[in-house]
Amino acid sequence: MSDVVIRAEGLGKKYLIGHEGKRESYVALRDVVARNLKGFVRSAGDVLSGRQLIVGDEVEEFWALKDVGFEVKRGEVLGIIGRNGAGKSTLLKILSRITEPSAGRVEIKGRVASLLEVGTGFHPELTGRENVYLNGAILGMSRAEIKRKFDEIVAFAEVEKFLDTPVKRYSSGMYVRLAFAVAAHLEPEILVVDEVLAVGDAEFQKKCLGKMGEVAGQGRTVLFVSHNMVAIQHLCARALLLKGGRIALDEASQPVISHYLSDAVSSNKIDLESWIDRITTGEARIIALEYDDGRNGTSITFGGNLRIRIRARFPTPARDPVFGFVIHDGTGVPLSDFCSAHDGLHAGVVSGELSIEARVCELSFHPGRYLLSPWICDSAFQRNLDFPKLCAAIEINQAAGEHGDMRLEKAWGTVYFPAHWRLVSGADQ
Amino acid sequence: MSTLSSELSPPDASRGREPAPSPASERVIILESGRAERNYWRDLWHYRELFAILAWRDVAVRYKQTAIGLAWALARPFLTMVVFTVIFSRVAKLPSDGSAPYPILVFAGMLPWFLFSSVLSEASNSLIGNANLISKVYFPRLVIPSASAVVALVDFAVNLAMLALLMLWWGFLPGWRVILLPAFVALAVLASLGPALWITALNVKYRDFRYIIPFIVQFGLYVSPVGFSSAVVPEKWRFWYSLNPVVGVIDGFRWCLLGGQSQFYLPGFLVSLAVVAFFLWFGVHYFRATERAFADMI
Repeated sequence: MSDVVIRAEGLGKKYLIGHEGKRESYVALRDVVARNLKGFVRSAGDVLSGRQLIVGDEVEEFWALKDVGFEVKRGEVLGIIGRNGAGKSTLLKILSRITEPSAGRVEIKGRVASLLEVGTGFHPELTGRENVYLNGAILGMSRAEIKRKFDEIVAFAEVEKFLDTPVKRYSSGMYVRLAFAVAAHLEPEILVVDEVLAVGDAEFQKKCLGKMGEVAGQGRTVLFVSHNMVAIQHLCARALLLKGGRIALDEASQPVISHYLSDAVSSNKIDLESWIDRITTGEARIIALEYDDGRNGTSITFGGNLRIRIRARFPTPARDPVFGFVIHDGTGVPLSDFCSAHDGLHAGVVSGELSIEARVCELSFHPGRYLLSPWICDSAFQRNLDFPKLCAAIEINQAAGEHGDMRLEKAWGTVYFPAHWRLVSGADQ
Repeated sequence: MSTLSSELSPPDASRGREPAPSPASERVIILESGRAERNYWRDLWHYRELFAILAWRDVAVRYKQTAIGLAWALARPFLTMVVFTVIFSRVAKLPSDGSAPYPILVFAGMLPWFLFSSVLSEASNSLIGNANLISKVYFPRLVIPSASAVVALVDFAVNLAMLALLMLWWGFLPGWRVILLPAFVALAVLASLGPALWITALNVKYRDFRYIIPFIVQFGLYVSPVGFSSAVVPEKWRFWYSLNPVVGVIDGFRWCLLGGQSQFYLPGFLVSLAVVAFFLWFGVHYFRATERAFADMI
């Protein structure tokens, strides 16, 4: 089949961002007045001519997406992966016609439905029943279509009893289930999905993935963005890797995923100052990560020690920040979260640059490649002050010495627990 | 990992790639920078169900969880009528149109004014109020402000019923002209939709424009002939006075409702009509021009 339903050529999306110019610490009133006046005149000009209003002294062009070209055939399930800020959401927004491209063109054949969020337009005051109709209409279903599928939707969401209750009284689980159920019953020719599976409990997530698989099996075209590599691997035969707004790789999903995850730097000392894929409030910045075996050796072994040092900068003083790091397996699934507060470290008030060290003894991960994400959050675990994701890779080697005779393969498991063994019967006493 | 994969069919087996049958009349959409949507108006028609459901949502939400929901719609015009009658008729001693009772004169002017002002305020805040929809789903954005105007029409219907009761009370019945009333209702909505579209589009970019609305509504109540007949305006100013589009609308309402008692000033009405048409064209034009960038700015 060479029936192309989406063809993108030289697609680009430009945003203008304003920067505050250099401010002298010493300002004269005259300068302030002059600058504000200049700013006001410019804003007024922009308003009158209908241009975008930009705050700041210097204007910079920023291409969220540049020179993106690809084709999607009918019935294909295409995964789109990339780190935060790589342009995935921008691409989806263009394809679902929410925003227009600044350059290039896309040709789309057929009805597109986009699911960039579950429960778009849900109104808390309206009942479950009313919201199904509302949300369905927003997603592009006709009234007759919703009516036909209504029972199916309700059964899928398992909220039969609460249909006439305003959704503001729903538990968050019920809310999400109902929202996803509506979306899952969309029947467009092309479905654009962004990370909606990251909701609900594990049981429901499985159900959603199952539904996605079903949709894909019906020969519909699906574009699927996710950070869940397992889901991508299972749903998509082909994947696009976006990096810095450009397509870095476009082929079968397995090699693309491997390439994506190999981004993490396998080095004992990693500079994170300019790492882009991070969740941050700006209150802290992790600038480097170092690790060794606790004795300045660079090789990490099973059963040995791991010493991790996080260097961070706090522009303003912070009270009792919590430090930690996550160890993920090679596909990005988190395995273990280490946390300074759980282990009894209270940092007090910190500011400026600092280093913090954690020592993990008797590492019990099977030998293989693991990924690391250091993090800093506030004392109440409410906000990630900084969280550069999957930024470091660590190779755990077969043990030598004490555990040297143990054979552990990655394929057999991930974590080793020592156990006490004895033969209960069948042996000669 | 394995729990997830067990729920899923293996990647290649189930996907036998039975392509969905392609409808013969499949539409090709081309997305390009600065490309005006060719099928915009057809699209708008296609989304009429969304329009209906959004309008229904706004009405439902408005009357849910308000203890005296309908009473608000009744109290506001009634109290305004009483105050205006006292001030303009008793204190300022302004004349009514012919023999029409002053309260009915006031009410007939207030109906279109409230319709105009509530469409204006509902519609101009509508895009901001629906920011989550705009940044997540595509549909012709014109659906949102126009659906929000429906709420104002519901209130208007309530007020109209009140006027009918008042007229019965005074035994003052309108003549045949009342059948033209729907045309003036439409005119009131269009008069307000023009500026509303412009302001709501501006609001997306510059939030300070929303502060203009309460000002227009408050100020407009006094510069428009709501509490008095536009016949009290001196003849030489009347033409210029009609540049306010609401003047034409209110005059039309009074002409319909007060029978022959209200004089119809044709040149003024035509001026109002022209102003309405201009604002409507300008509002739609500006809205359409900026619409494509709404999601980037909201």
